[in-house]
Amino acid sequence: METAIQRTGLDEIKPPITNVGIIGWIKSNLFSSVFNSLLTLSSLFLLWEIVPPLFRWAFLDGVWFTGSQACKQAAGACWSIISANLRFILFGFYPQELQWRPLLAMIILFGLIFYSRDRRHWKKSLGYAWIIGLFTMGFLMKGGLFGMTAVESTQWGGLPLTLLLAVFGLTAAYPLGVVLALGRRSKMPAVKIMSILYIELIRGVPLISLLFMSSIIFPLFLPEGITINKILRAQVAIILFTAAYIAEVVRGGLQGMARGQYEASEALGLNYYLTMRLVVLPQALKIVIPPTVSILISAFKDTSLVVIIALFDILRTTQTVLSNPEWMGFSKEAYLFLGLLYFLGCFSMSNYSRKLEKELSTGR
Amino acid sequence: MKNNEEVKNSEHEGSRKSMIEIIDVHKWFGEFHVLRGIDLTVAKQERIVICGPSGSGKSTLIRCINRLEEHQRGRIIVDGIELTNNIKNIEKIRAEVGMVFQHFNLFPHLTILENLTLGPLWVRKVPKKEAEETAMVVLEKVHIAEQARKYPGQLSGGQQQRVAIARSLCMNPKVMLFDEPTSALDPEMIKEVLDVMIELAREGMTMIVVTHEMGFARSVAHRVLFMDFGKVVEGNTPQEFFANPQHERTKLFLSQILH
Repeated sequence: METAIQRTGLDEIKPPITNVGIIGWIKSNLFSSVFNSLLTLSSLFLLWEIVPPLFRWAFLDGVWFTGSQACKQAAGACWSIISANLRFILFGFYPQELQWRPLLAMIILFGLIFYSRDRRHWKKSLGYAWIIGLFTMGFLMKGGLFGMTAVESTQWGGLPLTLLLAVFGLTAAYPLGVVLALGRRSKMPAVKIMSILYIELIRGVPLISLLFMSSIIFPLFLPEGITINKILRAQVAIILFTAAYIAEVVRGGLQGMARGQYEASEALGLNYYLTMRLVVLPQALKIVIPPTVSILISAFKDTSLVVIIALFDILRTTQTVLSNPEWMGFSKEAYLFLGLLYFLGCFSMSNYSRKLEKELSTGR
Repeated sequence: MKNNEEVKNSEHEGSRKSMIEIIDVHKWFGEFHVLRGIDLTVAKQERIVICGPSGSGKSTLIRCINRLEEHQRGRIIVDGIELTNNIKNIEKIRAEVGMVFQHFNLFPHLTILENLTLGPLWVRKVPKKEAEETAMVVLEKVHIAEQARKYPGQLSGGQQQRVAIARSLCMNPKVMLFDEPTSALDPEMIKEVLDVMIELAREGMTMIVVTHEMGFARSVAHRVLFMDFGKVVEGNTPQEFFANPQHERTKLFLSQILH
């Protein structure tokens, strides 16, 4: 109590006025030295040169809902390429009259993702909701039951395909990566060697070659008459590839754990499985949230590589629109739109990871 | 120091039965011979303090008792179960033997209450409500019940170490091992931890304590052992040990730490 008395006796002295507030901020961040002042001024000049014309091109002179003829006469951006071809870009060759089905599937998916954002909702029932949701989505895409027309997976395309590859790819790769990381640190030589071999082999080849192998070489080994769905093969390639990278990141987190944590949980009598599940992994996985998310983000973007094995993901459908003579030459607008879609996906991932990190922090 | 008398007088009734038997135990770290033939029998409710210079093998010895380190020769028998490579036996012994570390080793991602209930819930399979009630009782005992919902990172060193002791107690252990429990603490926090340990001693817990707190040894221990170069050089009652050390090395060591 003595210290409290002493502390209240001290007078609080305010910092000088030039160090706080807006003026203080501008002074210390933008004009702290001659060089910094020059940098600030030239950046302002560059912004003045770039932003207004861009704004003019995109919004003031842009056309939004016209045909391709009006587009060619317009001075600005031709956003009509998106609005006129939106259904094809989003759904590819999926039968027009049935496109409500992939749309509904995507709405279910977004709903589930949105609901799962809140950690308080992470209960067993949510797990069941995801399982039911995933089956419903698969059923909606495929049909063939209860009088719904069957749609072969060769006709799937666009955004649903991209999301399918990404969501399944990432959710399956993560646990597989964790298991591989544990395997690589195992004391059992066989498990350890297998994990190392797997990780190093997969990391040693580019994703493109894995996709080629899965779509061209792999079917050669199958007995005649048996074919495995092409999307499934690409999906497996993406999962295997991403898992190897996640494994290495998780291994880094495991190595960062203090030995005392293992010892304390062993001293309580927890076995290997419980030690990992209750003590080590919760901490290790939390440490590696930032690098894990950057792997997940790059895996999400890498799904666009399935173009080369002729799957019609959203990149391919956009390119198809651009090859239509009517809409040729508007690639700027089309790719900007595509970039925006990918950005939204990636940005929300990294945003969420920051939120999660903050929530999981326990003030150490 | 009236307490000390009380502690001393609560002498062990079941002292004829041994809790831990260590027979000719050897251990090597690579080429380095850390333990060179240790023989030690600890009776039920007996309290032993082990001291000695750093590198003498005292920590290694008590870490062998719950298999955090593996001994390479000799036998260790805890409560009638011999420590072998049988993983089930090891887990059984670990559940019966509490351990308090120099650096606390609390689980930073769990609250104090969750730290305490982890073992009972998953190893002892106690129902959650019961585990939490026990945990609160134990927290009262170490005088930090009001911190139950906080995380270890928000507590002082002394409080963390008391939580660590409480975590071991929640498993209702038959033996408690203390590996330099006050060495990492700021001086003003040592007493609060020692007080908890003295209370524990008064209740008749079997304890093996590696420490240099000679005041604690004097008031609580039945026997004080001095270890050097992987051997127990001498062991005696605290009165004899401090008043009348037999070996040169013990005398030298005592003169160095007792100023």
